Amino acid sequence: MQKLVLLGDEAIGQAAIDAGLSAIYAYPGTPSTEINEYVMASKEAKEGKIVASWTANEKTAVESALGVSYSGKRSMACMKHVGLNVAADAFINSAITGVNGGMIVVSADDPSMHSSQNEQDSRFYGKFAMLPILEPSNQQEAYDMIHYGFDLSEKFRVPVLFRITTRLAHSRSGIERKAMRNQNPLSLPDDMKQYVLLPAIARKRYQVLLSIQDALEEESENAGNNVYIDGHDKSLGIITTGLAFNYLMENFPNREVPHPILKITQYPLPQKMMQKIVSECKEILVIEEGMPVVEEMLKGILNHDIKIKGRLDGSLPRSGELNPNLVAVALGKPMIKGDDVPSLIVGRPPSLCEGCPHTDSYLALNEAMTEYGKGRVFSDIGCYTLAALPPLEAINSCVDMGASITMARGAADAGLLPAVAVIGDSTFTHSGMTGLLDAVIANSPITVIILDNSTTGMTGGQPSAATGRLKQICLGLGVEENHIRILKPLRKQHTENVRAIKEELAYQGVSVIIPTRECIQTLNRRMREKFKNKKTA
Amino acid sequence: MKNDIIIAGVGGQGILSIAAIIATAAVNNNLYIKQSEIHGMSQRGGEVESHLRISSTPIASDLIPTGAADMIISLEPMEALRYVPWLKPEGWIITNNQPFLNIPNYPPINDILNEIKKIPHHIMMNADEIARELGSEKAANMVVLGAATRCLDIPYEEIEKAIRHFFGRKGEEIVNMNLSALAKGREIAILKLEGEKEKMRDEEMEERRDEENKTVKG
Repeated sequence: MQKLVLLGDEAIGQAAIDAGLSAIYAYPGTPSTEINEYVMASKEAKEGKIVASWTANEKTAVESALGVSYSGKRSMACMKHVGLNVAADAFINSAITGVNGGMIVVSADDPSMHSSQNEQDSRFYGKFAMLPILEPSNQQEAYDMIHYGFDLSEKFRVPVLFRITTRLAHSRSGIERKAMRNQNPLSLPDDMKQYVLLPAIARKRYQVLLSIQDALEEESENAGNNVYIDGHDKSLGIITTGLAFNYLMENFPNREVPHPILKITQYPLPQKMMQKIVSECKEILVIEEGMPVVEEMLKGILNHDIKIKGRLDGSLPRSGELNPNLVAVALGKPMIKGDDVPSLIVGRPPSLCEGCPHTDSYLALNEAMTEYGKGRVFSDIGCYTLAALPPLEAINSCVDMGASITMARGAADAGLLPAVAVIGDSTFTHSGMTGLLDAVIANSPITVIILDNSTTGMTGGQPSAATGRLKQICLGLGVEENHIRILKPLRKQHTENVRAIKEELAYQGVSVIIPTRECIQTLNRRMREKFKNKKTA
Repeated sequence: MKNDIIIAGVGGQGILSIAAIIATAAVNNNLYIKQSEIHGMSQRGGEVESHLRISSTPIASDLIPTGAADMIISLEPMEALRYVPWLKPEGWIITNNQPFLNIPNYPPINDILNEIKKIPHHIMMNADEIARELGSEKAANMVVLGAATRCLDIPYEEIEKAIRHFFGRKGEEIVNMNLSALAKGREIAILKLEGEKEKMRDEEMEERRDEENKTVKG
């Protein structure tokens, strides 16, 4: 069969389509965005009437997926690692309810924080929820393990956490497809009370979850995803998780490693395999992409006589993404390197695009704020966070989705006035609305600027749930109509915009300013499409 | 056969198109590939790189180890230099010589170009101008790719085929312009390589003459 060249993300999308998926939900977030994008663009998915949809946030995505699963069909929810924080309530409780149709939650971690505010490791969530985790080492495994993941979910009747990292998500490779299988028919769960987590039922359901733990571990042991590769030199045993296996193999050009290797791609950890490598080898090196999850478990808190090397003892860096060179050093191999970067090379940080509406909004805000001084602008997550950098240096915070409004409210409560929140339109509908409601109820003297570029810009321009609805939402939440100001962020409107912002800064209640102009990237793309259509017409 | 290539430039310059075209050609030629790229924040006018690995045997790592790249293909001269730790001693830098100025502290361009000239194997060209003459500056990435085809172990026709596939839905005109850009880049590389060979031949001849002179004198 002809191989498809796919990103890891796309391989997951294709696999889900081929494995009989009925619905996929996601909120865009690097490095997970392309999974849902791929299914949305797929002809096969359309023909199969697969629902592929962006949701307001990750929590609504997991809940929708759970609803599909309740109805007997296969579903998927995809997000970046920090999105799983937002979805955590739904995710953890879905372990208690269990599933009917197979359900996979994909969480894409971002070690080295290429495009994120932390490098948390989703495997902790899997363990926390007591759910099986799959962590493929390459694109083909990602494809194959989605098929397996649905089977696993349907066999044990629990959701499966599928953990990938940036480098797998955003790297292409040739993929061999499996035969397509049918979607599940509509069916109700056998136990109609299973999803009603009243304490009395939840206690029973929790016992069910506890009772399958041994079987899940046995499955890890026998399913063939975790592999023990023997080696003659037992002075060292090597445990790799996920993608780290590739960096190990890269250091052995003939692919023959003298040491025993335990390649982990499925959790809970296979205890017998772990026992074998630890008892046979003098020292253990744990190579993990992400946090030292396995290393910490192995080490425990008590002293024992096996020496465990990894991220905790400095054999590998404590943080950041791995690469073949770091693994070479951990193996005691020499560090090979070309010339040093010439000293005259300077960094090229990302910046707002030429013609970006946010720039005009910030220039107006900066001027309006001059009389109050710096340190009063709370912001959020999106392209507009780049205004923290020179030349704008307009914002003072970026913590989590929606935190701009609520932090401004808190700062105002503390007496820091004026307090300003700057949030994007898509971030606002993701997690800003509830915070605004808090502020309205408390009548906080804050000024909320919702930068409406009518898209989810940073992740490549996915539709925004807020488009065309912002004013109505703010009115509905109780913001006074004469303190909702729609502005046009353009250089020629600058003076007018500064005046409007100043007026609202002076107002001692909640005001919302909505500078509205389409993202320059989506605008250009739209114009190109229009031009092309005209030409072909 | 194995080609490890770093493709560099600034977000929006068309790095990922180069990567996708070589990757498609490689797969159609039954080679293994891994091609890693960065999405998200850095695409907003920041430095962007893609690691592209092609091999006749399965590839382990998505990332190229330092000191192992056969080639750096860059659409911007300073960005080419950012990745020299990855370049093999005998590796090639193939780059556009036109700076992308979106930062206030860009070093003097001549200093940058002189640094590139210190790399034993390099091909530099004004890809922007060449592409502009052919119809659109947007094809600058195909000029640089064309120059790189001389050092790739993939038949030139396969790259052409991949370009047809890649730009096909944009119409015949765009396809042809990109193919011309590719051909022009290749021509520059051939001239440069032949020039280098000639220089080597000249140097060799000179050395031999010196040797002969020495023997005659001796």
